[in-house]
Order: sequence, then structure tokens, then C-alpha cells
Amino acid sequence: MASTAAAQPQLKKTGSTGFLSRLRGGDEVARLITLLFATSVLIVTALLITELWVSSGPSREKFGFSFLTSTTWNPVTDEFGAWPFLYGTIVTSVVALLISVPIGVGAAIYLAELAGGAWSDALTFLVELLASVPSVIYGLLAIFTIVPMMREFIGPALKTVFGSVPLVQDLVAGPVYGVGYLTASIVLAIMIFPYIISVSREALMAVPREQREAALALGATKWESTWQIVVPFARLGIIGSVFLGFARALGETMAVTMVIGNDNNIHASLLSPGNTIPAILASEFNEASGKLHPSALIELGLVLFLLTLILNGLARLLILVTTRKGSARA
Amino acid sequence: MKRIYCAASLVSLLFAGLASAAETINAAGASFPAPIYQKWFEEYKAKTGVAINYQGNGSSAGIKLLTDGTVDFAASDVPMTDDQIKAVKIKPLHFPTVLGAVVLTYNIPGVTADVQLSGPTIADIYLGAITKWNDPRIAADNKGIKLPATDIVVVHRSDGSGTTGIFTDYLAKVSPAWEKKVGRGNSVQWPTGLGGAQNAGVAGLVKQTPGSIGYVELIYAVQNKMGYASVKNAAGKFVKPSFEGVTAAAAGMKEMPEDFRVSIANGPGDKTYPISSFTWMLIPSQISDPAKKKAITGFLTWMLTEGQKDAQALSYAPLPPAVVAKEKKQIALIK
Repeated sequence: MASTAAAQPQLKKTGSTGFLSRLRGGDEVARLITLLFATSVLIVTALLITELWVSSGPSREKFGFSFLTSTTWNPVTDEFGAWPFLYGTIVTSVVALLISVPIGVGAAIYLAELAGGAWSDALTFLVELLASVPSVIYGLLAIFTIVPMMREFIGPALKTVFGSVPLVQDLVAGPVYGVGYLTASIVLAIMIFPYIISVSREALMAVPREQREAALALGATKWESTWQIVVPFARLGIIGSVFLGFARALGETMAVTMVIGNDNNIHASLLSPGNTIPAILASEFNEASGKLHPSALIELGLVLFLLTLILNGLARLLILVTTRKGSARA
Repeated sequence: MKRIYCAASLVSLLFAGLASAAETINAAGASFPAPIYQKWFEEYKAKTGVAINYQGNGSSAGIKLLTDGTVDFAASDVPMTDDQIKAVKIKPLHFPTVLGAVVLTYNIPGVTADVQLSGPTIADIYLGAITKWNDPRIAADNKGIKLPATDIVVVHRSDGSGTTGIFTDYLAKVSPAWEKKVGRGNSVQWPTGLGGAQNAGVAGLVKQTPGSIGYVELIYAVQNKMGYASVKNAAGKFVKPSFEGVTAAAAGMKEMPEDFRVSIANGPGDKTYPISSFTWMLIPSQISDPAKKKAITGFLTWMLTEGQKDAQALSYAPLPPAVVAKEKKQIALIK
């Protein structure tokens, strides 16, 4: 009784002024709270960049732009260069995409267009399950399955097939350890392809029914309608899925650290051990001493951050370009 | 039984937390002596009620935390450099606690006998100058063993580590080429080979990769029943790594410097295992809180007497008596 009595006059009072009435209605409160959440993203990003920039100061001052191109990483003499790690990060991610994009997009087309309802749902559920497996599990599995397979079977097979092909032979030169760039790429490919499937499938499913029906009505086969009408229509979503996979591959740490071999030298051969930016950060940060070593590691983090920024920019650009083409054709 | 013990320790932890929050001392550093440090701190707490929290997050991490003033004291597998000491506001004192060793473990197809290696050979293997197991220089030390023409796969630590510090310090002492090209440190620029994370990562790679050689802590190799190489010491004898070999290395040390910052790698003595090292606690020379000062000095005194008896059971070599006596004098320097 007392509470309703107390609430009553309040209602009257707030009803009289504009702001408070909206406040009471909840709109203003909701707007303020969500605004706070939205700006928190900005604040975190700004803090992240500031921290990376300030903490990498000693390294940036000492090495300048040569940090990006130097191949020396010597904690004893305090000389640091990012190129072996930048190279390893890009190579493993690109090779992973080369493997997983055809498989992922192909699987998405099957699941969205060709598979029957229940069967498609079951497979999709499994794919989404794969996406939630922690990366350290993929790393462990790789150590016990992919690494021995690479050493005993895949590596030697690649050497026999490509060993005497000009240009390509450099990619399979040297001893086969089982760990290395290619092993890391395969693990990354397995890790990112659930993402590519999921997002691509959503994009394909979102294509309006009329598009397919029109193609079929004009006499196209099921595959022709899928490949020439549905897939081009969904290309933005598919490109998005590829970049999502790429971003994930660039930043993957644990699984890569476990199978890449952690060698800070650059090798042309994909069968050789190497290192990536996230992997060296995980390995060395805890024990980095002095002023320059931690600072150089933080600058590596900054480089990785910039790399993902550039990548995101490229993704936008690509989407912009393909959209214009699409509209021009239409 | 186990469950009762767990429950009991949980309850006691809870009570300890409530009762003596002010008496808690925080320490961090070397992971290699962490097992014995944990045991010591547990025993010491049961005896005196002083709780010491220890984080075995690495030697350099410990030194960093000590420099920032985040911990009350630190621990390291390699002595601090002059620059590092200068960076700390209150000058830290080095207290050796126990000794350990780094051993070479290998996986050579078809070889089951114990392999013998000399220092310069190990350095050249890790420099990438010796690349096959049947290299004449390896064969010369292993007459009677048929070594295959397999490629040597070098395995090292990928993470910064005091173990790497001890190993590279030894290589720099026995090989001028190593000292010039690579040098010593907890992280170095490895000329060749694969990196594995922690002892387990190195051991895993060696187990998996035919023709490989890697280095791990003696305790890790003993606990996991791994095979390891005998190494030629400064007296020209091949010694299999063991606690006796490590103890001999400490006993063979001619003179302990005043600040206890000493490397006993490649030391003299017939029974000495050459890749041995002390591990240190780094204690501030001034502790303003009287209760903390009393607790820490009390612990050090206890560690140098009662504590040393725990060493062997946990596979560490205890300190030689002369070092213990000298350290007891240093405790008085803590103001």
C-alpha cells in the first residue's frame, strides 16, 4: 500500500516535464546506457593504441622503419627486427586461406543449396561445434596427428612431386621436420573453415527465392542457378567470411606456437620451421628483460594491429569495388 | 584419503588467509626450483605461520617484478647483471638456494647406448656446423657405438628461460665461436633448429623427431625417465649427469665471490658434471617492515639448515657447507 502511495505523486511530477517523462518511459535511459556501451568500445580501442604506441617507444626510436625489414632478432645484443615474424604471419595465413576457402565455400554451397533440410541442419550443427573448439585442442591434436603425417608422408610426397619443378622446388626444399609453416597453415585452415562455412552459408541462404526461381524458369539447371545466380548474389557475405577467417588466422596464437617450430630465421621452404608475431609474443614476453626486448615485442603487437587494420580497409575496398561492378551490370 | 587432505588444506588455507593477512610475503621468479620452493614455504608456514606466496613465472619475470617493487623478493636461475642491480631501488642480495643441471637428451634411430659428447661438439651442433650424427667429431667420443648418417635436428627452448641461460653460459665458456656468434642469455638468437615451449615442449619434440637433440633440466629428465648424454668435463672425463656430479661441481668451485654471483659451468674436478648451476633468491638488502624482515631472514636461516635436507628427495643438489656458512653471514647484512 505504502509503495503505491509513494509512486503516485512521482508519476504526476515526472509527467509534467519533457525530459523526465521520457526518462520515465525508459527511452532516454536506454539511449544513455547503450551510448555508454558503444563509447566503451572506442575508449578501449583508443587505450589499446595509446598503450601499444607508448610502450613500444624505446624500440621505435632505436630502430625506426628498419624494424619492419630487419631479419635479426637477438635479445643478447639487443637488436630486433620484425620481418621473420611478419613474413611467417602472412605466409601461414595466406596458405591457410588457399586451403580453406575452396573447401569452406564449397561446403557452404552444398549445405545451403544442395543438401536436404535435416541433413543440412545436422552438418551445420557439427560445423558450428567445430568453431567452438578451443585452439589449444587443435594444437594438441596437430602435434599427435598432423605433425607425424607431415614428417612421414605429406612432406616426402610433396618433395617427390614438386622437388624438381623449377620455382616450386624452393617451396619444398630442405629437411622435413614435421613442424613448420605448412603444418601451421594446415592447422589454421582447419580452424578457420568452420567460420567460412557458417558465414558463407548464411549469406547463400539469404539470397531471395525469386532469384533461384527466375533462373530455373529460364531453363537453367540447378547447378547453373546456384553457380551463376546465387553465389554471385551472395558474394559480399562470402568475401566477408574469407576476411573473417583471415583475421582469425593472423591472430591465432596457441595452435600455431605448438606446430610452427619457433625458429626465428626466415626460410623459403614451406616445410621449414618459422615463427609468427602472436607465437613469438606468447613465447618471449614473460621472460623478456631489459628495456628494448619487451618494447620490441610490444612493437610487434603494434605491427600486428596495423596489419589487421590494413586488412579490414582492404576488405571494405573490395566490397565497395565489387558492389559498384554489380550495380553497373544490373 | 586424498579428498580429506584436499578439504583440510583448503580449510587451513582459508583460515590462514583470515588470520595472518598481514604476514603474507609475495615472491616470484624462476620456475626450475619452484617445486622445492613450494615445499619449503609450506613447511615453513606450518612451523612459523609465515605465509610466502611464490609464483614460478620465470627468472626474468621475477627480476622485473622485484624492480617494479611488486614482490617482496625474487628468484632467478642466472645471477642479475650489474645493470639489472642498478635498476632496483634497494640493492638486492644474492642467496644461492640449491643446485641443478641441464642435460642433453636425444633421439638417434638405432642407438640405445649412452652417447658421450664434449663441450665444443655440443656448441658446434647448436651452431649448425656439425649436421650429421656420424660426424667424425661425435664418432671420436663414441667408439663402439655405430652412429647413423642421420641429419641432426637441433631442438631448443622457444620461451625465454633460465635453463637456456645456464646452457648458453656453458656453451660460451667452452666455445669461443659460440661466445662470439650467439653469446649467453635467457633468450638468444639460435642459428638453427626447432623451438619447443618449456621442458615439456623440448622433450616432446625430441621424442617425436628422429635424429634430434635437445636440452632440459636434469630434474625433468629424471622425473620423465628420459635418456641423456654424458658430457666431458674440464678434467677430460665423461660424466653422466647426476646429483653427485652437480654436488661435485659446487665443491670444486675455488672461491665463492662476496656477492655470490658465480657461474660454475665447466668447473674443475674429476666427478664434476659441467653444465651445473646454482639458483638464487634475490633478497632486498633493506626491508622497512620489521615483521617482514623478521619473516624473511628467519626463512633464510631455516632454508640454509633444515631446508637443505629436502633437496635430495626432490632431485636437487644441496649447497656445500662452505657456501652455507658464507650465506649465513650475508643474512646479517639485511637491514
